[in-house]
Order: sequence, then structure tokens, then C-alpha cells
Amino acid sequence: MATVERTAVKWDYAPAPESRDSATIKPRYDLFIGGRFVAPTDGTVVSTVNPATEEVLAEVAFAGPGDVALAVEAARGAAAGWAALPALERGKYLFRIARLLQERARELAIVETLDGGKPIRESRDVDVPLAAAHFFSYAGWADKLQYAFAGREFAPRGVVGQVVPWNFPLLMAAWKLAPALATGNTAVLKPAETTPLTALLLAEIIEEAGLPDGVVNIIPGDGSAGASLVRSDVDKVAFTGSTAVGKEIQRALAGTGKGLTLELGGKSANIVFEDAALDQAVEGIIEGIFFNQGHVCCAGSRLLLQESVAEEVVRKLWARMERLRVGDPLDKNTDVGAINSAEQLARITSMVEAGEREGATRRSVSCALPEAGYWFAPTMFLDVAPANRIAVEEIFGPVVSVTTFRSPGEAVEKANNSAYGLAAGVWTDNGAKAFEVASKLRAGVVWQNTYNKFDPTAAFGGYKESGFGREGGPAGLSPYVRFGG
Amino acid sequence: MSRSLTPVNRVGVDERAAALGRRSIKTTAKREGIRLATSMIDLTTLEGSDTPGKVRHLCAKAVCPDSSRPEIPSVAAVCVYPALVEVAAAALRGSGVAVASVATGFPAGQTSLKVKLDETREAVAAGAAEIDMVISRDAYLRGDDARVAGEIEAVKEACGAAHLKVIIETAELPTYAHVRHASELAIAAGADWIKTSTGKSTSGATPGVVLVMLETVRDHAHRTGEIVGVKAAGGVSNTKAALHQLVLVKETLGDEWLTPERFRIGASSLLNDLLMQYAKLDGGHYGRAEDFSKE
Repeated sequence: MATVERTAVKWDYAPAPESRDSATIKPRYDLFIGGRFVAPTDGTVVSTVNPATEEVLAEVAFAGPGDVALAVEAARGAAAGWAALPALERGKYLFRIARLLQERARELAIVETLDGGKPIRESRDVDVPLAAAHFFSYAGWADKLQYAFAGREFAPRGVVGQVVPWNFPLLMAAWKLAPALATGNTAVLKPAETTPLTALLLAEIIEEAGLPDGVVNIIPGDGSAGASLVRSDVDKVAFTGSTAVGKEIQRALAGTGKGLTLELGGKSANIVFEDAALDQAVEGIIEGIFFNQGHVCCAGSRLLLQESVAEEVVRKLWARMERLRVGDPLDKNTDVGAINSAEQLARITSMVEAGEREGATRRSVSCALPEAGYWFAPTMFLDVAPANRIAVEEIFGPVVSVTTFRSPGEAVEKANNSAYGLAAGVWTDNGAKAFEVASKLRAGVVWQNTYNKFDPTAAFGGYKESGFGREGGPAGLSPYVRFGG
Repeated sequence: MSRSLTPVNRVGVDERAAALGRRSIKTTAKREGIRLATSMIDLTTLEGSDTPGKVRHLCAKAVCPDSSRPEIPSVAAVCVYPALVEVAAAALRGSGVAVASVATGFPAGQTSLKVKLDETREAVAAGAAEIDMVISRDAYLRGDDARVAGEIEAVKEACGAAHLKVIIETAELPTYAHVRHASELAIAAGADWIKTSTGKSTSGATPGVVLVMLETVRDHAHRTGEIVGVKAAGGVSNTKAALHQLVLVKETLGDEWLTPERFRIGASSLLNDLLMQYAKLDGGHYGRAEDFSKE
């Protein structure tokens, strides 16, 4: 007779890699200018690599200053026709782009993960669906702008220059392009140096959607191409990236009359009160700092714990961190993928070393990291003093700095004690306290009992050195129009 | 004395539980997961129409779920009404499969304590090694925690050496915070196991309630070093749902909790789906339901 097996087994998930078969990456991609893919005239051709393996994925044309000028010229040429199109027709194009994004969702998710290192779970469930949702949302606004602007006279800005970062390549392109097009502008978009591929797939989609030539131009390039673009003959600049570059752009544009919105860095506070649901708060802390390897401008990188529960939360957080599955970004069970580039890995490493030198206690998860590629183990710093660099400067990696407070007033003071003001999290089961604290936080987004939740209908943007202007929802439309008769 | 509830955030719990349901369990992981889930089943029949014949058939299936695949382990226990404990005990003698019995006026619990204790003692005397009791939800909802705890303590004593599983019937509790509170109350009163549901109410072992209960026993183990088991019962009727439960255990408590000593799944129809899915891994196609005996 059989007997019951009563020994505990080590049950682990077998590798579950997403197949690369549904994504074809071409050997080479050119610049998308005037509705065609064209070779650069004075640019270069650069390899784009998979940060998880250092394998070369494709050769990509980078725009030179002459190419930037050509792209702006193409956008200028298309501007009058696009603005004159009935708004309903512009909306139809946007709906078409949204549907094509959905149709090619799987391919886009795979390429996003290959080019940027983020887990397929995130590109599949967050980046790509949200990008489509932004186009859907703004497609609906295109013929309803008079309701967004409450009786005011408005007109498109004209040609907009848009520079997006490497952390959410496709999603940031969608955030930028959808409201610009809905309001009747034409655009030149520069994807980030290390992650140009999904923006180029978006260019293919725009071609397939039949947008008039020149309405959208997509020109990969490095920082110099971005600098040329913001200084070119555009009517408005939208930039998402570092505060240092944002300041340069603002200096360059001062006095030119060009419109500008900046979405910059952050050092956002995630505040946990003693009356919070602690297990769910721990999940929110994890989501806040390890989502996309911490390459998130609004990452909850400063964890503020009420002293009475600090020990318990740190214990639970550490146990949870040790269960994070770090590795192959294409594996459907991976929680934390690769660092986006060697350069970013070097920056994270140097910040973490600075944290150790300044006396904070470092705890990094002892997970096995792949040999090739760029990796950083999930890390927390305890005993962080507010003056330490790791408490002040953006790390943009999977590193959370933990500090404590004693009262709601002290929590607010510490949270606001930052050059930045992009986002914050408040964890408490007490509704009155949550609203009181949220109203005192100088941050563009305050999440209550959750973190890193995005929706195309919600405005996103910063206070202070986190930038100005809002993206998303009706608020995201106004930067793209000029008011007045 | 008023109750103090530990906050539990429903949105956060459901989000985490759903995220763990999206783990991809394929190939070897699926094969091993099916065998593991099988070993954790409390194979259950709780019908007015249960007869000794049906129970004997069920016991044979419990010991050897699939005679063509000897690597499939026996289930953990067979769960029956008290009147059928003797039959089950005789059928399972020497097999290593335990007899569990629902006592204490299952499923409503609306009988006197005396009746509950008598029923418990009779089931144990007839050979039940595990007693699944229900808490008095009427008392709990009135706020009479002392009565709920007192009953659990009394039944625990009546169990003697038998293990006590306390059913908190989560579908009848107002919030997740109450699921946690009732779990803590049961543990403090001596429960060896906490169990989600009778299987007779509107919902059963949803991933959310199981997650809350797993977190409760995890925190209890941290605080006291004591291990309390969790039994998910009701609604776990297919392989996908069962593997989801295993993922919840693995990622909340760790691999050392993946044993029938610490986690059980109370189910009647789950076993056949596990067997069908296991056969599919070998054959590449789903079998017919009639290829697998119900009992």
C-alpha cells in the first residue's frame, strides 16, 4: 500500500522565458523623417545592446545636427495641414495608433525587455498596455478640446521637440506624442541613446496608421542630438530626464518664447505610519523602489518609517526582498531585471559606495547575478542620516534609503526636506491622517496606500527641481496649446 | 471589551494575491507542483447522500489516486461527517492517510457546546485523527470573542491527541481585518490549523483570504516559534487554482511550508483535475473526464 509523502520538497519554478519568436528585430534601423526611414546625413550608426547579455541587438542610425534640422523642417512642413484637419480625423489617427500598439503588444513587450533590461512581466503588463491607453485616452480628447479649456480660445503650438528617457522608452514616447498630436501639433521625438528600438517600432506603427508625412518624426541620437533639437526651430520643448539636463534646457530656452515642460528627477518619500496595514505597505515599498530596477523618476527611494514599527517593517521588507527573483528579464517569473546600461550601473555603484563611506548600513540581497550584462542586487540602507548623499541625491537604481520619524509633523518635514518634489506615498489606515499629510506634502503625485500607479487620465508632474508642467489627463493638454485670440 | 483589529488593506491584499496567480508554472515545476498539491489534499465528501460504500471508494482513491502512475502520492487525509468516520478509519488503516471529520454542528455551528463536544469526542473515538470545527459566527459577529475562544478551547480539549482545525468561514466575516483577527483568536485558543471555509457558503478559499491567513501564521511563527497550519478549503477545484495556492505559500512563508504537515487543500473535485493535467504532461493532450473515476 502506498504511503503519504510527508517530506517538504524544494519546489521551484522552472525557467519560463518568453519566446523571442514573435519579435523580429531588423539588423538596422534608420531615422524616421518625413514619413520615411532615411539614412543619417551627418549622423552616425551605433549598436544597441541587450543590457542583460551585452549582445548587440541592432545597428541604429543616430541623428547629427543636420538630421535634426531636416526632421524639424519636415515637421514644420506638415504642421499647417495637420492643424487644419478636422479634430475628429486627428482623433481617428490616434485611435488607429492605439489599436496597432495593442495588436503588436507582444512584440513591443519583448523588444522593450531586450533593449532595456526590464522584466517582461512589467513591459507586458505595464509599459505596453499603458502606452496604448495613453493614445486611446488622448484620441478621445482630440475633438473635445473646447471642454478641456473651458471656453478659452486656443491654437496648437506648432512644432514640438520631445526628448524622452531610457527607463520607459515606449511609454514616455506615448506620453509625449499622444497629447501633442491630439492638440494639432507635429512632433520631432528623440528616444534615449540606450533604448531606441521600441520608438522605432512605434515609427513603423505610425507609418502603418497612415499619418501624413512629417507629422511625427523619430530620430534616435545621443545627448548632442537632444541639445540640437531643443535649440532648433521648434515652438515647444517637452523633456523628461535628469534635473541637470533640464536646467541646461531651461537656460537655453530662456527668453526665446518657446514653451517648455520638464519632468525631471526625484527623491520621493514613502511614508509608513504605525497604523498602516504593514504587509501591504511592504508590498508598496517593494513596488515603489524595485519596479523597473528603481529606474523610475518617482521611485519611493526615501523610506520614512514611524519609529514604533520601523523594526518590524524592516524585518518584513528584508524577508520580502530576499524572495525577489532577480535575473533573465525575459523570464515571466522575473521580478527584477538588468540595469539599463554600464554607465548607469557605474553611477549606482558609486552612490552605494558613497553611502557606505558616509556610515549608513548597507544590506544587499545575496542573489546569484548573471556573469554577463549589468546587474545590481536589491539593496537597502539603514541608519541613513538626512544629510547623507544617498538620502539627498537620486540613485535611479534598486536602492532604498531607510530613515525614521516620530510624528506626522516630523514625517511631513522630512519628506519635504528635498530639492525634489515629484511623488510621495502615505501608508495609514486612518483616512483623516492620510488626507491631512497628503495636503502638506510638496509633491506632484501623492499615492495613498499604494505606489507607482499610473493612469492616462491622471496628471503627473513635479514641484521644485522635479520640473513643471503636467502630463496625463486634461492637464496634459494645455502645455501643447497657445491660449488667446 | 472592544476588539482591536490589525489593519489589513483589501486592495493591496487582492493585488498581491492576483500577482502571485500570474507566476508561470510550466514543465517540471508543473509536474512537481501537481504531485505536491495531491499530497496536500484533504479529500472530502460532505453530503447528505454519503454512504459507507461511497466513503470506501473515496478512501481507495485517496490512498492510490492513479494506479497507472505510482509516482502520484496519496492524499493527506479523507474528510467525512462524524457518522462515517468509522468506515473511513477502517478503509484507511495502515495507509498513512489520516481520517478528518467535521464536528461541532458543521457547517452552521448553531448547536449547543455540549452537542459540539459530544460530537467531537465521538468522532475522535471512532478514529478521526483530525477534527475540523466551525467557529460560532453568530457569537463572533456579535462581538462575543470570549465565547468563540471558549468553544475552541473546549473542543481542543475534547480532541485529545487529534489535531484541531478551526474553520473561520471567511465568507461570513466582514473584512480581511476580521479574517486576520479571527485567525489570531483561533490560534490563541489552541488551533493546530486554521481553515478558511466550510465549502458550504458563498465563497471559499479565495487567494486573498488565504494570503491573509498565511501572513497571520507567519507572524505568529516569528513571534512564538510555533507552527500553525493553514487549510484552504472551498473553491480550489482545478490545477491552476491549486498551483496558485502553492505559490502563495512559497512566496509568503517559504519552501519549508510546502508540506502537508503545514498546508492542506480541502477539496472534492480538485484531485481529478490534477490527475488529468498530470496525464496531459505525459501525453500532450487532455484525457476524457470519464477516464478518471470520481471516487
